Amino acid sequence: MSVVATSSRFKDNAHRALGDGQLQKALGNVRHNFIDRRAQAAARLPEFDALRDQARDLRDHVLAHLDIYLDIYTQKVTAAGGHVHFARTSEEACRIITDLAKARGAKTVTKGKSMVSEEIGLNAALERNGIEAVETDLGEYIIQIRGEAPSHIIAPAVHLNQEDIEHDFRRLHTWLPKDRDLTAPESLLAEARATLRAKFLASDIGITGANFLVAETGTSVIVTNEGNGDLTQILPKVHVVVASIEKIAPTLEDVSGFMRVLARSATGQDMSVYTTFSTGPRRPGDVDGPEEYHVVLVDNGRSNMLGTDFQEMLRCIRCGACMNHCPVYHAVGGHAYGWVYPGPMGAVLTPSLIGVAEAGHLPNASTFCGRCESACPVRIPLPKLMRHWREREFERHLSPATVRSGLALWAFFAKRPKLYGLAARIGVKILALAGRSKGRFAWLPLAGGWTKYRDMPAPQGQTFQAMWKSRGGAVR
Amino acid sequence: MSEARDDILANIRRSLGVSADDASRRQIVATRIATAAKGLLPARGEGDIEKRIATFRAQAESVAATVARVAATADIPAEIAHFLRTNNLPATVRMGEDERLAALPWATTAIDITKGPSDGNDLSSVSHAEAGVAETGTLALVSGAHNPTNLNFLPDNHIVIIQAGTVVPTYEAVWEMVRARYGKGMMPRTVNFITGPSRSADIEQKMLLGAHGPRRLHIVIVG
Repeated sequence: MSVVATSSRFKDNAHRALGDGQLQKALGNVRHNFIDRRAQAAARLPEFDALRDQARDLRDHVLAHLDIYLDIYTQKVTAAGGHVHFARTSEEACRIITDLAKARGAKTVTKGKSMVSEEIGLNAALERNGIEAVETDLGEYIIQIRGEAPSHIIAPAVHLNQEDIEHDFRRLHTWLPKDRDLTAPESLLAEARATLRAKFLASDIGITGANFLVAETGTSVIVTNEGNGDLTQILPKVHVVVASIEKIAPTLEDVSGFMRVLARSATGQDMSVYTTFSTGPRRPGDVDGPEEYHVVLVDNGRSNMLGTDFQEMLRCIRCGACMNHCPVYHAVGGHAYGWVYPGPMGAVLTPSLIGVAEAGHLPNASTFCGRCESACPVRIPLPKLMRHWREREFERHLSPATVRSGLALWAFFAKRPKLYGLAARIGVKILALAGRSKGRFAWLPLAGGWTKYRDMPAPQGQTFQAMWKSRGGAVR
Repeated sequence: MSEARDDILANIRRSLGVSADDASRRQIVATRIATAAKGLLPARGEGDIEKRIATFRAQAESVAATVARVAATADIPAEIAHFLRTNNLPATVRMGEDERLAALPWATTAIDITKGPSDGNDLSSVSHAEAGVAETGTLALVSGAHNPTNLNFLPDNHIVIIQAGTVVPTYEAVWEMVRARYGKGMMPRTVNFITGPSRSADIEQKMLLGAHGPRRLHIVIVG
């Protein structure tokens, strides 16, 4: 895989992110906009929660019959004149696509936004073969010219401020007048639009992802707001869809149900601007559209997740609501997670795809507040899945010595309730005495990691158990 | 390649603990696809035709589309001329060979018409939608010999004509129309669901119109 994972250095990444003023400013946008807009969209649709249940059940049905659906989907694509390619690994997927491009003498490839293409490292593979890959989603274009990975699965440049983008456009678009005014975001958008319009019209192959693959009709579905995915797939002679194997929806009716929860959960829109259903290449008599249509289905570890504790993760429809609602994501942003998928869904998916040794730290990046699960349109029990990973990390002795000895110490007391009660009473008394003047600590021995970023409240002198008892609560 | 396919399908079955010759699983899938049962349908798009049109209009306007309604087909060119004038646009439009568009009395206006797919230099285009979906103010357009898909995306201003009688409550109602025309399990090359003009919020989450597709979407309801 050509995306170098730094997930094993999550702690260092997070420290750096917390100290990055620019990043912290940009993350402020996530905290408010996404959450408020989703809540408003949900409130406008009385059936929203019932639709989430339906979406969950349908995803489970698809996963339980995935082999059969893939078979039927493949037959339908072929019948419509398209080609389906299966790829077991990232390397296989990249080779299929670069071979297709080379055989057609392609020099430029335009791309719609696709997370699985990030996962398989497609851009680097194309570049190694002398093919220019141009990202056309505005956010993806911005991070591509900065040489960065996306920091969010639907808002890839959410870690940047307007000044960052202006700086990069001035650095890269050197054919434009130096004294042009780029102070308004509209002027940045207009500049990207004009630059990319030329790329769209000159492109040899268009590569998009797929939000859904419809088994009933052999159709790939993309959902965008910009229209870049459509220009990517209708202008060049060849349209290549790259999608992971679990994207199947049985029927057009089923896709309709998913559409109702996807945009509302993602951006808080009732519906994204463009939802496009593509089936095969252009038909006899069609005046535009691609002459060839290929679908590359990527497994890359997913078939191994079925039947395990992590099967529920494959319900994911990539809306980003879990990261939008995550206090850890709000604090450190997406890059700290060190690979392609950030936030709670990334913390569960990444160890499944690249291994617990490499990404075992990520499931620890959680306060277990449960907001991710409560916002998930397909109700993935993300905290439970993160806990499964933590258990595995501990079992395989991958957790650091400090964590292991801390847990061992806690376990010693937890197994001896009387001793636990005594130690807690003493500890609480000492802390209450020491902190009585201010009611909080700006520094505590052994707790520098906590007090560096926030104060620790001082306890008021009694343990919960003691207060429970004094109020007549039942004691076991 | 088929080796990769066989490997992946075999691995899925192994992980799920199922066998390839389990006919009951195949039957469940075949039934689901054959019946294409509708799921839960939001009530918001329901109602008689006037209620549906009112919902469609309100939803489309809430996502920055503009909507006009004319009484008869013959009034369409004048409405389009009015839209172009109001927005200071030249009186030129590009459109496909769709007979419903060709039959309009364009000569009553000064609009200059060119036909065929766009080369990226057209300011305004006109398309005919097959349906409108009330629940979200969404237009449904299909590709074909007479409807270049790129006219929905390349020009800065997209004008879409829709017959009042084709405003349906839900997306599912569009699929009924598509199946009636193309057959069960069949689709035209492209079906475009369009809800408002193109936009992006990739710069500091500020919503800006006209990212790569049209900056303006003008819907003309007829009847």
